Amino acid sequence: MKYKSGVMTLGQRKQKTNRRAAAVFIFPALVVLLIFIIYPIIESFRISFYEWNGISAVKKFVGLDNWGKLITDKTFRAAFFNNILVLVLSIVIQLPIALLLATFLNFIGRRGKILKCLWFIPMLMSSVAVGFLFKYVFSTTDGIFTTISKMFGGRAVDLLGSPKYALITVIFIICWQFIPFYMVFFLAAFSGISPEIYEAAIIDGSTKPEYFRYIVLPLLKPAIRNASVLSMVGSLKYFDLIYVITNGGPGTATELMATYMYKLSFKKFNMGYGSAVACGMLIVISVIASLTMKLTSEKQGD
Amino acid sequence: MVKNRKSSGASRVCWIIAWIFAVIWLIIAIYPFIFMVLNSFKGQFEILKNGVFSWPETFYLDNYVTVLTNGIGRYFINSVIVCAVSLVIILLFSAFAAYPLSRFKFKLNKPILTLIIACMSIPIHITLIPIFKMTTSTALYDTIWGLIGPNVAFGLPVSIFILIGFMQGIPRELEEAAEMDGCSRYRTFFNVIFPLTKPGLATLAIYNGVDIWNSFIFSYTLTQSKGSRTLPLAIWDFQGMHSMNAPMIMAVLTITLIPMLVLFVAFQEKLIEGMTVGAVKG
Repeated sequence: MKYKSGVMTLGQRKQKTNRRAAAVFIFPALVVLLIFIIYPIIESFRISFYEWNGISAVKKFVGLDNWGKLITDKTFRAAFFNNILVLVLSIVIQLPIALLLATFLNFIGRRGKILKCLWFIPMLMSSVAVGFLFKYVFSTTDGIFTTISKMFGGRAVDLLGSPKYALITVIFIICWQFIPFYMVFFLAAFSGISPEIYEAAIIDGSTKPEYFRYIVLPLLKPAIRNASVLSMVGSLKYFDLIYVITNGGPGTATELMATYMYKLSFKKFNMGYGSAVACGMLIVISVIASLTMKLTSEKQGD
Repeated sequence: MVKNRKSSGASRVCWIIAWIFAVIWLIIAIYPFIFMVLNSFKGQFEILKNGVFSWPETFYLDNYVTVLTNGIGRYFINSVIVCAVSLVIILLFSAFAAYPLSRFKFKLNKPILTLIIACMSIPIHITLIPIFKMTTSTALYDTIWGLIGPNVAFGLPVSIFILIGFMQGIPRELEEAAEMDGCSRYRTFFNVIFPLTKPGLATLAIYNGVDIWNSFIFSYTLTQSKGSRTLPLAIWDFQGMHSMNAPMIMAVLTITLIPMLVLFVAFQEKLIEGMTVGAVKG
């Protein structure tokens, strides 16, 4: 207690230097985030109350007009439901296949290294490159499917140009690109399960499928949940690949919230309404993300 | 284990099915690349005449020559500069920020951490119009330097989050020893913590590097002339000029894939680990 006579106790002084050092260390990152993320979000909400072409100095305040339009906009609704379909199918297709591949690699052990590397290659390409590659793979003049169809005397196959199949085709391409990611993700989760558990299960007389069904799958639950959350947030933000392949078409068949926002803002120069769409997108993502977090963390509490 | 597998017929059937599945997936995963490389060696009319499945008549290199002599080098150098500068800033700033957030007790610790985690799921599109506006109002529009700020901002949150986890694993005693020796917080960071964080930084360099290397939308929005665009835009620009010439596009795609492929062959495991490190629960 003898420090009390001083102006500051040792602990208080340490606290103070700590606080100052913390401020100095965090400052650069915080400034970048403020300029390029926080401020733009606020600004987007502000612009959404104006009618503005993005170039002229004149902005017309229109109040909630853009938001009213957003709620009744058929294209935005179509884009939203397309996003939801991408979200659901991404999880339903990607995660089981990725899990199967990871399980296979886990069973064959070190011998699977080459296989793993080959399976990983689609991840090395940028979404833009994947987009262009598949544009030609699905081309109606000399694409793979058209060529096969013509070999059997059929007609040109136009999957990307058909309103019915375009979205499914694009989702297939998305899965092709991202399955390797989740495969590696699950493989990492597998390596967290100790080999003793396997030995114990086999000694107790369980077969490999039983071991997988009753022991591995429950242990992988947290990994599967995390992968679903990742895939979800990813699908709602999706842009590059679809913009390159179909540009949202034909019609609104593959339109997503992000492609719609981009076209409104930078092709039609309707930045006021474009901002409203971007804000709507942010709200949708935040709501869905926080709902899932809540649901999954409640489950954790059980 | 091996004995066990051979003994039962049912498990043998399982293995055969598994291998068939594995091979089918291998074909699905790899065939588009074979398609790409094979067709990049064909002439524009050869592909119309012989179709896409045929072996190239002669290994026609003109597509590659055209691509390489038409300024793809500029895109490549731009990508390298943007990537390198952004990476240095991301790694430095995220290590700075992660240090107090992982090891100090202060009032704003929690709110700042929450803010950073919230930034992790922000879609780029909500920032696009304001960033476009900011960039056009400065001299940064249509330069590669305008791409660095947004790239850094979107790399920081995940990087800080991962480094916090990494730094929490560094024993506190080391830091206390440094403090006993009279090191300030700053010297402790640079002499003790930062060197110990290097493996984490390496992984993050790969994660952010790949992300920035492949990033499209900022480059597409914030630049317009050939001289200031990055590699993913090279594909876009070439496609604009030669959209009817499929082999030419395949050559561009192959060329842009080569740098990543070389890195992958050199550091497979490290690269795979780096690319998936962002898979943290936000």
